Amino acid sequence: MPSDRLITKQSAPAGLYQLVLLKFVRNRVALAGLCCLLLLLLAILFAPQVTPYDPLQKNTPERNQAPSLLHPFGTDKLGRDIMSRVLYGGRVSLQVGFLSVGLAVIISTPLGLLAGFFGGIADNAIMRVMDLILAFPGLILAIWLVSLLGSNINNVIIAIAFFSLPTFSRLIRGVTLSIREMEYVMAARSMGAGSLRIMFFHILPGVLGPMIVLTTLGVSGAIVAGASLSFLGLGVRPPTPEWGAMLADGRNYLRTQWWIAVFPGMTITLVVLILNIIGDALRDALDPNVRA
Amino acid sequence: MSQYILRRIAIAFPLILAVTTVVFVMLRVALPGDPAQIMAGDRASPDQIELIRRKLGFDRPVLEQYFIFLGNFAQGDLGRSVKFREPVMGVIAKAFPFTVTLTFLSVTVGTAIGLLIGIITAIYQRTWVDNFGIVLTVFFFSIPTFWLGLMLILIFSVGLRLLPVQGAGTWRHFVLPVTTLAVGQSALIARLTRSSMIEVLSTDYVRTARSKGLAQRQVLLRHALRNTLIPVITVVGLSVGGLLGGAVITESIFGLPGVGRLAIDAISNRDYPMIQGAVILVAASFVFVNLLVDIIYAFVDPRIRYA
Repeated sequence: MPSDRLITKQSAPAGLYQLVLLKFVRNRVALAGLCCLLLLLLAILFAPQVTPYDPLQKNTPERNQAPSLLHPFGTDKLGRDIMSRVLYGGRVSLQVGFLSVGLAVIISTPLGLLAGFFGGIADNAIMRVMDLILAFPGLILAIWLVSLLGSNINNVIIAIAFFSLPTFSRLIRGVTLSIREMEYVMAARSMGAGSLRIMFFHILPGVLGPMIVLTTLGVSGAIVAGASLSFLGLGVRPPTPEWGAMLADGRNYLRTQWWIAVFPGMTITLVVLILNIIGDALRDALDPNVRA
Repeated sequence: MSQYILRRIAIAFPLILAVTTVVFVMLRVALPGDPAQIMAGDRASPDQIELIRRKLGFDRPVLEQYFIFLGNFAQGDLGRSVKFREPVMGVIAKAFPFTVTLTFLSVTVGTAIGLLIGIITAIYQRTWVDNFGIVLTVFFFSIPTFWLGLMLILIFSVGLRLLPVQGAGTWRHFVLPVTTLAVGQSALIARLTRSSMIEVLSTDYVRTARSKGLAQRQVLLRHALRNTLIPVITVVGLSVGGLLGGAVITESIFGLPGVGRLAIDAISNRDYPMIQGAVILVAASFVFVNLLVDIIYAFVDPRIRYA
Protein backbone atom coordinates (compact mmCIF):
# COMPACT_ATOMS: atom_id res chain seq x y z
CA MET A 1 0.00 0.00 0.00
CA PRO A 2 1.52 3.44 -0.91
CA SER A 3 2.55 5.34 2.17
CA ASP A 4 0.71 8.58 1.24
CA ARG A 5 -2.60 6.71 1.15
CA LEU A 6 -1.96 5.29 4.58
CA ILE A 7 -1.42 8.77 5.95
CA THR A 8 -4.63 10.18 4.47
CA LYS A 9 -6.51 7.24 5.91
CA GLN A 10 -5.09 7.77 9.36
CA SER A 11 -5.62 11.52 9.38
CA ALA A 12 -9.32 11.26 8.60
CA PRO A 13 -11.06 12.04 11.90
CA ALA A 14 -13.58 9.42 12.96
CA GLY A 15 -16.63 10.33 15.01
CA LEU A 16 -17.34 8.56 18.27
CA TYR A 17 -20.18 6.51 16.85
CA GLN A 18 -18.13 5.59 13.79
CA LEU A 19 -15.44 4.22 16.09
CA VAL A 20 -18.01 2.34 18.12
CA LEU A 21 -19.51 0.86 14.97
CA LEU A 22 -16.06 -0.12 13.73
CA LYS A 23 -15.26 -1.83 17.03
CA PHE A 24 -18.61 -3.62 17.01
CA VAL A 25 -18.21 -4.87 13.42
CA ARG A 26 -14.77 -6.27 14.27
CA ASN A 27 -16.40 -8.48 16.92
CA ARG A 28 -17.15 -11.42 14.65
CA VAL A 29 -19.21 -13.38 17.17
CA ALA A 30 -21.50 -10.42 17.76
CA LEU A 31 -21.79 -9.73 14.03
CA ALA A 32 -22.71 -13.35 13.33
CA GLY A 33 -25.25 -13.15 16.17
CA LEU A 34 -26.76 -10.01 14.69
CA CYS A 35 -27.12 -11.73 11.30
CA CYS A 36 -28.80 -14.76 12.93
CA LEU A 37 -31.16 -12.49 14.84
CA LEU A 38 -32.09 -10.57 11.68
CA LEU A 39 -32.76 -13.85 9.85
CA LEU A 40 -34.97 -15.05 12.69
CA LEU A 41 -36.79 -11.71 12.77
CA LEU A 42 -37.45 -11.98 9.03
CA ALA A 43 -38.72 -15.54 9.46
CA ILE A 44 -41.04 -14.38 12.25
CA LEU A 45 -42.26 -11.37 10.25
CA PHE A 46 -42.85 -13.43 7.11
CA ALA A 47 -44.07 -16.51 8.97
CA PRO A 48 -46.99 -17.08 6.54
CA GLN A 49 -44.50 -17.30 3.67
CA VAL A 50 -41.95 -19.40 5.58
CA THR A 51 -44.26 -22.10 6.87
CA PRO A 52 -47.23 -23.60 5.04
CA TYR A 53 -49.11 -24.49 8.25
CA ASP A 54 -51.58 -22.40 10.18
CA PRO A 55 -50.44 -22.18 13.85
CA LEU A 56 -54.00 -22.66 15.10
CA GLN A 57 -55.21 -25.26 12.59
CA LYS A 58 -55.92 -28.60 14.27
CA ASN A 59 -54.93 -31.62 12.23
CA THR A 60 -55.83 -34.75 14.21
CA PRO A 61 -54.40 -37.38 11.83
CA GLU A 62 -50.95 -35.79 12.13
CA ARG A 63 -50.95 -35.31 15.90
CA ASN A 64 -47.96 -36.07 18.18
CA GLN A 65 -45.52 -36.53 15.31
CA ALA A 66 -41.80 -36.49 16.01
CA PRO A 67 -39.69 -33.97 14.06
CA SER A 68 -39.53 -34.92 10.38
CA LEU A 69 -38.88 -33.22 7.04
CA LEU A 70 -42.56 -32.34 6.80
CA HIS A 71 -42.71 -30.95 10.34
CA PRO A 72 -39.11 -29.98 11.32
CA PHE A 73 -40.11 -29.33 14.96
CA GLY A 74 -42.82 -32.03 15.09
CA THR A 75 -46.51 -31.58 15.90
CA ASP A 76 -48.39 -31.24 19.19
CA LYS A 77 -51.34 -33.20 20.62
CA LEU A 78 -53.77 -31.40 18.31
CA GLY A 79 -51.64 -31.94 15.23
CA ARG A 80 -50.57 -28.30 15.05
CA ASP A 81 -47.13 -27.72 13.48
CA ILE A 82 -44.70 -26.68 16.24
CA MET A 83 -42.44 -24.73 13.90
CA SER A 84 -45.21 -22.45 12.72
CA ARG A 85 -46.35 -22.03 16.30
CA VAL A 86 -42.79 -21.06 17.30
CA LEU A 87 -42.58 -18.53 14.46
CA TYR A 88 -46.00 -17.00 15.13
CA GLY A 89 -45.33 -17.15 18.87
CA GLY A 90 -42.20 -15.11 18.27
CA ARG A 91 -44.43 -12.21 17.27
CA VAL A 92 -45.97 -12.13 20.73
CA SER A 93 -42.68 -12.60 22.59
CA LEU A 94 -40.82 -9.97 20.58
CA GLN A 95 -43.74 -7.58 20.92
CA VAL A 96 -43.61 -8.00 24.69
CA GLY A 97 -39.81 -7.58 24.71
CA PHE A 98 -39.60 -4.47 22.60
CA LEU A 99 -42.79 -2.68 23.67
CA SER A 100 -42.21 -3.11 27.41
CA VAL A 101 -38.63 -1.87 27.17
CA GLY A 102 -39.78 0.96 24.86
CA LEU A 103 -42.40 1.98 27.40
CA ALA A 104 -39.87 1.82 30.24
CA VAL A 105 -37.40 3.97 28.26
CA ILE A 106 -40.04 6.58 27.37
CA ILE A 107 -41.10 6.98 31.00
CA SER A 108 -37.71 6.66 32.69
CA THR A 109 -35.73 8.97 30.37
CA PRO A 110 -37.40 12.20 31.52
CA LEU A 111 -37.48 10.94 35.12
CA GLY A 112 -33.76 10.13 35.14
CA LEU A 113 -32.86 13.40 33.40
CA LEU A 114 -34.94 15.42 35.87
CA ALA A 115 -33.50 13.63 38.89
CA GLY A 116 -29.92 13.90 37.73
CA PHE A 117 -30.11 17.44 36.37
CA PHE A 118 -32.00 19.22 39.12
CA GLY A 119 -31.00 17.10 42.11
CA GLY A 120 -32.54 18.12 45.44
CA ILE A 121 -36.22 17.41 46.03
CA ALA A 122 -36.94 16.18 42.49
CA ASP A 123 -34.04 13.74 42.70
CA ASN A 124 -35.06 12.53 46.14
CA ALA A 125 -38.72 12.11 45.27
CA ILE A 126 -38.10 10.22 42.02
CA MET A 127 -35.34 8.01 43.34
CA ARG A 128 -37.19 7.01 46.54
CA VAL A 129 -40.11 5.84 44.40
CA MET A 130 -37.64 3.84 42.30
CA ASP A 131 -36.12 2.35 45.48
CA LEU A 132 -39.61 1.31 46.49
CA ILE A 133 -40.20 -0.48 43.18
CA LEU A 134 -36.78 -2.14 43.57
CA ALA A 135 -37.79 -3.46 47.00
CA PHE A 136 -40.01 -5.95 45.17
CA PRO A 137 -38.34 -8.81 43.32
CA GLY A 138 -39.09 -8.02 39.65
CA LEU A 139 -40.97 -11.12 38.59
CA ILE A 140 -43.00 -11.20 41.82
CA LEU A 141 -44.10 -7.61 41.19
CA ALA A 142 -45.06 -8.48 37.62
CA ILE A 143 -47.04 -11.53 38.79
CA TRP A 144 -48.86 -9.41 41.37
CA LEU A 145 -49.65 -6.67 38.83
CA VAL A 146 -50.87 -9.03 36.13
CA SER A 147 -52.99 -10.96 38.63
CA LEU A 148 -54.67 -7.68 39.58
CA LEU A 149 -55.00 -6.12 36.14
CA GLY A 150 -55.96 -9.33 34.34
CA SER A 151 -54.08 -11.75 32.10
CA ASN A 152 -53.52 -10.26 28.68
CA ILE A 153 -50.60 -9.11 26.61
CA ASN A 154 -51.09 -5.38 27.31
CA ASN A 155 -50.98 -5.91 31.06
CA VAL A 156 -47.91 -8.11 30.72
CA ILE A 157 -46.18 -5.28 28.84
CA ILE A 158 -47.24 -2.73 31.47
CA ALA A 159 -46.07 -4.96 34.34
CA ILE A 160 -42.65 -5.62 32.80
CA ALA A 161 -42.17 -1.95 31.91
CA PHE A 162 -43.09 -1.04 35.49
CA PHE A 163 -40.46 -3.22 37.15
CA SER A 164 -37.83 -2.12 34.60
CA LEU A 165 -38.29 1.58 35.43
CA PRO A 166 -35.74 1.77 38.29
CA THR A 167 -32.94 0.13 36.27
CA PHE A 168 -33.29 2.62 33.43
CA SER A 169 -33.90 5.76 35.46
CA ARG A 170 -30.96 4.98 37.78
CA LEU A 171 -28.62 4.63 34.81
CA ILE A 172 -29.88 7.84 33.16
CA ARG A 173 -29.65 9.73 36.44
CA GLY A 174 -26.09 8.53 37.02
CA VAL A 175 -24.85 9.50 33.58
CA THR A 176 -26.71 12.83 33.76
CA LEU A 177 -25.02 13.62 37.08
CA SER A 178 -21.58 13.19 35.56
CA ILE A 179 -22.33 15.04 32.31
CA ARG A 180 -23.98 17.94 34.15
CA GLU A 181 -20.58 18.96 35.56
CA MET A 182 -18.81 18.95 32.19
CA GLU A 183 -17.47 22.11 30.64
CA TYR A 184 -19.53 21.94 27.48
CA VAL A 185 -22.70 21.99 29.53
CA MET A 186 -21.43 25.07 31.34
CA ALA A 187 -20.57 26.60 27.97
CA ALA A 188 -24.10 25.97 26.73
CA ARG A 189 -25.49 27.46 29.95
CA SER A 190 -23.30 30.55 29.56
CA MET A 191 -24.61 31.04 26.05
CA GLY A 192 -28.10 31.25 27.50
CA ALA A 193 -29.45 27.74 26.89
CA GLY A 194 -32.40 26.84 29.11
CA SER A 195 -32.60 23.75 31.31
CA LEU A 196 -34.83 21.83 28.90
CA ARG A 197 -32.54 22.58 25.99
CA ILE A 198 -29.48 21.49 27.95
CA MET A 199 -31.19 18.30 29.13
CA PHE A 200 -32.42 17.16 25.75
CA PHE A 201 -29.78 18.52 23.36
CA HIS A 202 -26.59 18.39 25.41
CA ILE A 203 -27.04 15.70 28.05
CA LEU A 204 -29.35 13.19 26.34
CA PRO A 205 -26.91 12.40 23.48
CA GLY A 206 -24.30 11.47 26.09
CA VAL A 207 -26.77 9.16 27.83
CA LEU A 208 -27.58 7.32 24.59
CA GLY A 209 -24.49 5.07 24.53
CA PRO A 210 -24.98 3.32 27.88
CA MET A 211 -28.74 3.36 27.22
CA ILE A 212 -28.33 1.32 24.02
CA VAL A 213 -26.45 -1.36 25.95
CA LEU A 214 -29.01 -1.50 28.73
CA THR A 215 -31.88 -1.52 26.23
CA THR A 216 -30.43 -4.53 24.40
CA LEU A 217 -30.00 -6.45 27.64
CA GLY A 218 -33.40 -5.16 28.81
CA VAL A 219 -35.17 -6.58 25.76
CA SER A 220 -33.71 -10.03 26.40
CA GLY A 221 -34.73 -9.81 30.06
CA ALA A 222 -38.23 -8.65 29.10
CA ILE A 223 -38.68 -11.52 26.63
CA VAL A 224 -37.79 -14.00 29.36
CA ALA A 225 -40.05 -12.24 31.88
CA GLY A 226 -42.95 -12.24 29.42
CA ALA A 227 -42.47 -15.91 28.64
CA SER A 228 -42.16 -16.67 32.38
CA LEU A 229 -45.53 -15.05 33.02
CA SER A 230 -47.15 -17.02 30.19
CA PHE A 231 -45.45 -20.17 31.48
CA LEU A 232 -47.13 -19.58 34.84
CA GLY A 233 -50.45 -19.12 33.04
CA LEU A 234 -50.53 -15.35 33.53
CA GLY A 235 -49.78 -13.98 30.11
CA VAL A 236 -51.18 -14.85 26.76
CA ARG A 237 -54.02 -17.34 26.79
CA PRO A 238 -54.14 -20.49 24.66
CA PRO A 239 -54.64 -21.21 21.81
CA THR A 240 -52.59 -18.11 20.88
CA PRO A 241 -49.06 -19.40 20.30
CA GLU A 242 -46.50 -17.92 22.70
CA TRP A 243 -43.12 -19.37 23.67
CA GLY A 244 -43.72 -19.53 27.42
CA ALA A 245 -47.24 -20.91 27.03
CA MET A 246 -46.00 -23.56 24.57
CA LEU A 247 -43.40 -24.68 27.12
CA ALA A 248 -46.05 -24.85 29.83
CA ASP A 249 -48.06 -27.10 27.50
CA GLY A 250 -45.02 -29.19 26.61
CA ARG A 251 -44.05 -29.91 30.23
CA ASN A 252 -46.97 -32.34 30.47
CA TYR A 253 -45.62 -34.39 27.57
CA LEU A 254 -41.91 -34.56 28.50
CA ARG A 255 -41.99 -38.34 28.81
CA THR A 256 -43.51 -39.03 25.43
CA GLN A 257 -43.29 -35.95 23.18
CA TRP A 258 -40.08 -34.14 24.16
CA TRP A 259 -40.12 -31.91 21.05
CA ILE A 260 -43.14 -29.91 22.24
CA ALA A 261 -41.05 -28.34 25.04
CA VAL A 262 -37.58 -28.51 23.50
CA PHE A 263 -38.00 -26.36 20.38
CA PRO A 264 -39.81 -23.30 21.77
CA GLY A 265 -37.29 -23.26 24.64
CA MET A 266 -34.37 -23.56 22.24
CA THR A 267 -35.67 -20.62 20.22
CA ILE A 268 -36.12 -18.39 23.25
CA THR A 269 -32.65 -19.34 24.54
CA LEU A 270 -31.15 -18.55 21.14
CA VAL A 271 -32.80 -15.13 20.95
CA VAL A 272 -31.81 -14.23 24.51
CA LEU A 273 -28.26 -15.52 23.96
CA ILE A 274 -27.82 -13.43 20.81
CA LEU A 275 -29.24 -10.31 22.45
CA ASN A 276 -26.88 -10.77 25.42
CA ILE A 277 -23.88 -11.27 23.12
CA ILE A 278 -24.81 -8.13 21.16
CA GLY A 279 -25.28 -6.21 24.40
CA ASP A 280 -21.85 -7.29 25.66
CA ALA A 281 -20.25 -6.39 22.33
CA LEU A 282 -21.90 -2.95 22.38
CA ARG A 283 -20.63 -2.40 25.90
CA ASP A 284 -17.10 -3.30 24.85
CA ALA A 285 -17.40 -1.12 21.74
CA LEU A 286 -18.54 1.87 23.81
CA ASP A 287 -15.84 1.36 26.43
CA PRO A 288 -12.83 3.53 25.47
CA ASN A 289 -10.58 1.25 27.57
CA VAL A 290 -11.29 -1.76 25.38
CA ARG A 291 -9.36 -1.64 22.14
CA ALA A 292 -10.77 -2.97 18.88
CA MET B 1 -19.80 0.80 62.86
CA SER B 2 -22.82 0.36 65.13
CA GLN B 3 -24.08 3.76 64.01
CA TYR B 4 -23.89 2.68 60.39
CA ILE B 5 -25.78 -0.53 61.12
CA LEU B 6 -28.45 1.35 63.07
CA ARG B 7 -28.86 3.78 60.18
CA ARG B 8 -29.30 0.91 57.73
CA ILE B 9 -31.93 -0.71 59.96
CA ALA B 10 -33.67 2.66 60.29
CA ILE B 11 -33.99 2.81 56.49
CA ALA B 12 -35.30 -0.74 56.17
CA PHE B 13 -38.38 -0.23 58.33
CA PRO B 14 -39.97 2.64 56.39
CA LEU B 15 -39.23 0.67 53.22
CA ILE B 16 -41.18 -2.34 54.48
CA LEU B 17 -44.00 -0.02 55.58
CA ALA B 18 -44.01 1.56 52.10
CA VAL B 19 -44.04 -1.89 50.50
CA THR B 20 -47.11 -2.96 52.48
CA THR B 21 -48.80 0.35 51.64
CA VAL B 22 -48.19 -0.11 47.94
CA VAL B 23 -49.54 -3.66 48.07
CA PHE B 24 -52.62 -2.47 49.99
CA VAL B 25 -53.30 0.39 47.58
CA MET B 26 -52.77 -1.75 44.48
CA LEU B 27 -55.35 -4.33 45.53
CA ARG B 28 -57.93 -1.55 45.84
CA VAL B 29 -56.85 0.69 42.96
CA ALA B 30 -55.46 -1.56 40.26
CA LEU B 31 -58.07 -4.32 40.50
CA PRO B 32 -60.73 -3.45 37.94
CA GLY B 33 -64.17 -3.77 39.48
CA ASP B 34 -65.37 -4.68 42.93
CA PRO B 35 -62.80 -6.81 44.82
CA ALA B 36 -65.53 -8.64 46.75
CA GLN B 37 -67.32 -9.52 43.51
CA ILE B 38 -64.08 -10.78 41.92
CA MET B 39 -63.11 -12.85 44.96
CA ALA B 40 -66.56 -14.40 45.17
CA GLY B 41 -66.45 -15.49 41.53
CA ASP B 42 -68.97 -15.11 38.72
CA ARG B 43 -71.62 -17.41 40.09
CA ALA B 44 -71.85 -15.91 43.59
CA SER B 45 -75.18 -14.55 44.80
CA PRO B 46 -75.42 -10.92 45.99
CA ASP B 47 -75.66 -12.22 49.58
CA GLN B 48 -72.39 -14.12 49.27
CA ILE B 49 -70.68 -11.06 47.81
CA GLU B 50 -72.02 -8.93 50.64
CA LEU B 51 -70.73 -11.46 53.16
CA ILE B 52 -67.22 -11.38 51.69
CA ARG B 53 -67.32 -7.62 51.56
CA ARG B 54 -68.18 -7.43 55.25
CA LYS B 55 -65.74 -10.18 56.24
CA LEU B 56 -62.80 -8.52 54.51
CA GLY B 57 -63.87 -5.05 55.65
CA PHE B 58 -64.39 -3.62 52.17
CA ASP B 59 -67.57 -1.90 53.39
CA ARG B 60 -65.58 0.48 55.60
CA PRO B 61 -63.82 3.70 54.53
CA VAL B 62 -60.52 3.01 52.74
CA LEU B 63 -58.41 4.88 55.28
CA GLU B 64 -59.92 2.88 58.13
CA GLN B 65 -59.29 -0.32 56.17
CA TYR B 66 -55.68 0.74 55.74
CA PHE B 67 -55.09 1.30 59.44
CA ILE B 68 -56.77 -1.97 60.37
CA PHE B 69 -54.58 -3.69 57.77
CA LEU B 70 -51.41 -2.09 59.15
CA GLY B 71 -52.35 -2.85 62.74
CA ASN B 72 -52.98 -6.48 61.88
CA PHE B 73 -49.74 -6.70 59.90
CA ALA B 74 -47.77 -5.33 62.86
CA GLN B 75 -49.20 -8.22 64.90
CA GLY B 76 -48.28 -10.72 62.21
CA ASP B 77 -51.84 -11.09 60.93
CA LEU B 78 -52.19 -10.92 57.15
CA GLY B 79 -55.85 -11.87 57.00
CA ARG B 80 -57.53 -15.16 56.22
CA SER B 81 -57.09 -17.15 53.07
CA VAL B 82 -60.32 -17.41 51.10
CA LYS B 83 -59.49 -20.92 49.92
CA PHE B 84 -57.83 -22.53 52.96
CA ARG B 85 -60.11 -20.75 55.48
CA GLU B 86 -57.02 -20.38 57.67
CA PRO B 87 -54.83 -17.39 58.56
CA VAL B 88 -52.63 -16.47 55.59
CA MET B 89 -49.61 -16.22 57.88
CA GLY B 90 -49.97 -19.84 59.02
CA VAL B 91 -50.28 -21.21 55.49
CA ILE B 92 -47.27 -19.21 54.31
CA ALA B 93 -45.25 -20.17 57.39
CA LYS B 94 -45.59 -23.82 56.36
CA ALA B 95 -44.39 -23.07 52.81
CA PHE B 96 -41.67 -20.58 53.69
CA PRO B 97 -38.94 -23.07 54.72
CA PHE B 98 -39.02 -24.69 51.26
CA THR B 99 -38.52 -21.38 49.48
CA VAL B 100 -35.80 -20.29 51.92
CA THR B 101 -33.96 -23.60 51.53
CA LEU B 102 -34.22 -23.46 47.75
CA THR B 103 -33.06 -19.83 47.54
CA PHE B 104 -30.29 -20.22 50.11
CA LEU B 105 -28.84 -23.35 48.49
CA SER B 106 -29.03 -21.78 45.02
CA VAL B 107 -27.29 -18.60 46.16
CA THR B 108 -24.56 -20.56 47.93
CA VAL B 109 -23.90 -23.13 45.22
CA GLY B 110 -24.25 -20.60 42.36
CA THR B 111 -22.01 -18.03 44.01
CA ALA B 112 -19.32 -20.58 44.87
CA ILE B 113 -19.20 -21.93 41.31
CA GLY B 114 -19.38 -18.41 39.89
CA LEU B 115 -16.46 -17.23 42.03
CA LEU B 116 -14.40 -20.20 40.93
CA ILE B 117 -15.10 -19.64 37.21
CA GLY B 118 -14.58 -15.88 37.58
CA ILE B 119 -11.23 -16.21 39.35
CA ILE B 120 -9.91 -18.85 36.95
CA THR B 121 -10.93 -16.90 33.83
CA ALA B 122 -9.40 -13.71 35.25
CA ILE B 123 -6.09 -15.45 36.02
CA TYR B 124 -5.95 -17.04 32.56
CA GLN B 125 -7.08 -13.84 30.85
CA ARG B 126 -7.01 -13.92 27.04
CA THR B 127 -6.26 -17.65 26.81
CA TRP B 128 -8.52 -20.46 25.62
CA VAL B 129 -9.58 -21.06 29.23
CA ASP B 130 -10.88 -17.50 29.43
CA ASN B 131 -12.65 -17.74 26.06
CA PHE B 132 -14.29 -21.00 27.05
CA GLY B 133 -15.37 -19.45 30.35
CA ILE B 134 -16.89 -16.44 28.58
CA VAL B 135 -18.87 -18.62 26.18
CA LEU B 136 -20.05 -20.86 29.02
CA THR B 137 -21.18 -17.98 31.23
CA VAL B 138 -23.00 -16.12 28.44
CA PHE B 139 -24.83 -19.36 27.70
CA PHE B 140 -25.62 -20.04 31.37
CA PHE B 141 -26.74 -16.44 31.73
CA SER B 142 -29.16 -16.73 28.81
CA ILE B 143 -30.99 -20.01 29.47
CA PRO B 144 -34.42 -19.13 30.88
CA THR B 145 -35.13 -20.81 34.23
CA PHE B 146 -38.29 -22.53 33.04
CA TRP B 147 -36.61 -24.16 30.05
CA LEU B 148 -33.52 -25.23 31.99
CA GLY B 149 -35.75 -26.85 34.61
CA LEU B 150 -37.66 -28.81 31.97
CA MET B 151 -34.47 -29.89 30.20
CA LEU B 152 -32.93 -31.09 33.47
CA ILE B 153 -36.06 -33.16 34.11
CA LEU B 154 -35.88 -34.50 30.56
CA ILE B 155 -32.24 -35.54 30.94
CA PHE B 156 -31.89 -36.61 34.57
CA SER B 157 -35.39 -37.84 35.44
CA VAL B 158 -36.98 -39.02 32.21
CA GLY B 159 -33.81 -40.09 30.39
CA LEU B 160 -31.30 -41.29 33.00
CA ARG B 161 -33.88 -41.93 35.76
CA LEU B 162 -31.39 -40.63 38.33
CA LEU B 163 -33.47 -38.07 40.20
CA PRO B 164 -37.13 -37.62 41.12
CA VAL B 165 -39.25 -35.21 39.06
CA GLN B 166 -41.54 -33.80 41.71
CA GLY B 167 -41.99 -33.51 45.44
CA ALA B 168 -39.93 -32.34 48.39
CA GLY B 169 -39.36 -35.37 50.63
CA THR B 170 -35.60 -35.92 50.50
CA TRP B 171 -32.43 -34.06 49.55
CA ARG B 172 -32.63 -35.72 46.12
CA HIS B 173 -35.72 -33.64 45.39
CA PHE B 174 -33.68 -30.46 45.80
CA VAL B 175 -30.85 -31.37 43.40
CA LEU B 176 -32.58 -30.36 40.15
CA PRO B 177 -34.40 -27.24 41.46
CA VAL B 178 -31.20 -25.91 43.05
CA THR B 179 -29.21 -26.63 39.87
CA THR B 180 -31.88 -24.84 37.81
CA LEU B 181 -31.52 -21.66 39.85
CA ALA B 182 -27.78 -21.93 40.55
CA VAL B 183 -26.78 -22.02 36.85
CA GLY B 184 -27.95 -18.44 36.18
CA GLN B 185 -26.57 -17.26 39.51
CA SER B 186 -23.13 -18.76 38.79
CA ALA B 187 -23.01 -17.00 35.40
CA LEU B 188 -23.91 -13.64 36.93
CA ILE B 189 -21.27 -13.97 39.66
CA ALA B 190 -18.62 -15.37 37.29
CA ARG B 191 -18.94 -12.44 34.89
CA LEU B 192 -18.75 -9.91 37.69
CA THR B 193 -15.88 -11.65 39.50
CA ARG B 194 -13.88 -11.86 36.28
CA SER B 195 -14.10 -8.14 35.49
CA SER B 196 -13.58 -7.15 39.12
CA MET B 197 -10.56 -9.44 39.47
CA ILE B 198 -9.00 -8.19 36.23
CA GLU B 199 -9.30 -4.66 37.53
CA VAL B 200 -7.76 -5.56 40.89
CA LEU B 201 -4.91 -7.51 39.26
CA SER B 202 -3.82 -4.36 37.41
CA THR B 203 -3.57 -2.24 40.58
CA ASP B 204 -0.30 -1.01 42.06
CA TYR B 205 -0.57 -2.96 45.30
CA VAL B 206 -0.85 -6.25 43.43
CA ARG B 207 2.25 -5.31 41.46
CA THR B 208 4.01 -4.43 44.71
CA ALA B 209 3.03 -7.78 46.19
CA ARG B 210 4.42 -9.53 43.14
CA SER B 211 7.61 -7.49 43.01
CA LYS B 212 8.45 -8.28 46.61
CA GLY B 213 8.54 -11.92 45.57
CA LEU B 214 5.29 -13.32 46.96
CA ALA B 215 4.05 -16.54 45.45
CA GLN B 216 1.23 -16.26 42.90
CA ARG B 217 -1.07 -18.11 45.30
CA GLN B 218 -0.45 -15.60 48.07
CA VAL B 219 -0.89 -12.62 45.77
CA LEU B 220 -4.20 -13.96 44.52
CA LEU B 221 -5.70 -15.19 47.76
CA ARG B 222 -4.40 -12.61 50.25
CA HIS B 223 -4.23 -9.47 48.15
CA ALA B 224 -6.42 -9.66 45.08
CA LEU B 225 -9.37 -11.79 46.15
CA ARG B 226 -10.42 -9.64 49.10
CA ASN B 227 -10.95 -6.54 47.00
CA THR B 228 -12.46 -8.55 44.19
CA LEU B 229 -15.21 -9.67 46.59
CA ILE B 230 -16.46 -6.17 47.43
CA PRO B 231 -18.65 -5.58 44.34
CA VAL B 232 -19.57 -9.27 44.28
CA ILE B 233 -21.18 -9.13 47.72
CA THR B 234 -23.59 -6.37 46.68
CA VAL B 235 -24.66 -8.25 43.61
CA VAL B 236 -25.21 -11.44 45.61
CA GLY B 237 -27.69 -9.48 47.73
CA LEU B 238 -29.47 -7.99 44.74
CA SER B 239 -29.54 -11.34 42.92
CA VAL B 240 -31.65 -12.82 45.70
CA GLY B 241 -34.56 -10.82 44.22
CA GLY B 242 -34.12 -12.55 40.88
CA LEU B 243 -33.83 -15.92 42.60
CA LEU B 244 -37.03 -15.36 44.58
CA GLY B 245 -38.77 -14.68 41.27
CA GLY B 246 -37.06 -17.72 39.75
CA ALA B 247 -38.16 -19.75 42.77
CA VAL B 248 -41.79 -19.21 41.78
CA ILE B 249 -41.10 -20.86 38.43
CA THR B 250 -38.83 -23.55 39.85
CA GLU B 251 -41.31 -24.48 42.57
CA SER B 252 -44.05 -24.70 39.99
CA ILE B 253 -41.98 -26.95 37.70
CA PHE B 254 -40.71 -29.30 40.43
CA GLY B 255 -43.83 -29.29 42.56
CA LEU B 256 -42.09 -27.89 45.63
CA PRO B 257 -44.69 -26.69 48.15
CA GLY B 258 -43.07 -23.25 48.62
CA VAL B 259 -44.39 -19.68 48.75
CA GLY B 260 -44.08 -19.24 44.99
CA ARG B 261 -46.34 -22.14 44.16
CA LEU B 262 -48.72 -21.02 46.90
CA ALA B 263 -48.94 -17.60 45.24
CA ILE B 264 -49.54 -19.05 41.77
CA ASP B 265 -52.26 -21.37 43.09
CA ALA B 266 -53.76 -18.41 44.97
CA ILE B 267 -53.93 -16.44 41.73
CA SER B 268 -55.89 -19.14 39.94
CA ASN B 269 -58.20 -19.37 43.00
CA ARG B 270 -58.59 -15.57 43.17
CA ASP B 271 -57.41 -15.84 46.76
CA TYR B 272 -56.33 -12.19 47.04
CA PRO B 273 -55.48 -12.10 50.78
CA MET B 274 -53.11 -15.00 50.10
CA ILE B 275 -51.43 -13.36 47.07
CA GLN B 276 -51.14 -10.11 49.00
CA GLY B 277 -49.54 -11.88 51.97
CA ALA B 278 -47.10 -13.77 49.77
CA VAL B 279 -46.04 -10.61 47.93
CA ILE B 280 -45.55 -8.69 51.17
CA LEU B 281 -43.53 -11.45 52.83
CA VAL B 282 -41.33 -12.06 49.79
CA ALA B 283 -40.64 -8.33 49.39
CA ALA B 284 -39.96 -7.97 53.13
CA SER B 285 -37.50 -10.88 53.02
CA PHE B 286 -35.77 -9.28 50.06
CA VAL B 287 -35.43 -5.98 51.96
CA PHE B 288 -34.10 -7.93 54.94
CA VAL B 289 -31.51 -9.81 52.85
CA ASN B 290 -30.23 -6.56 51.42
CA LEU B 291 -30.04 -5.06 54.89
CA LEU B 292 -27.94 -8.06 55.90
CA VAL B 293 -25.72 -7.61 52.85
CA ASP B 294 -25.18 -3.93 53.67
CA ILE B 295 -24.08 -4.91 57.17
CA ILE B 296 -21.72 -7.63 55.89
CA TYR B 297 -20.41 -5.06 53.45
CA ALA B 298 -19.41 -2.74 56.25
CA PHE B 299 -17.37 -5.53 57.84
CA VAL B 300 -15.62 -6.38 54.59
CA ASP B 301 -14.94 -2.84 53.41
CA PRO B 302 -13.98 -0.42 56.19
CA ARG B 303 -14.30 2.54 53.80
CA ILE B 304 -18.08 2.13 53.81
CA ARG B 305 -18.49 2.97 57.49
CA TYR B 306 -17.21 6.48 57.05
CA ALA B 307 -19.08 7.26 53.88
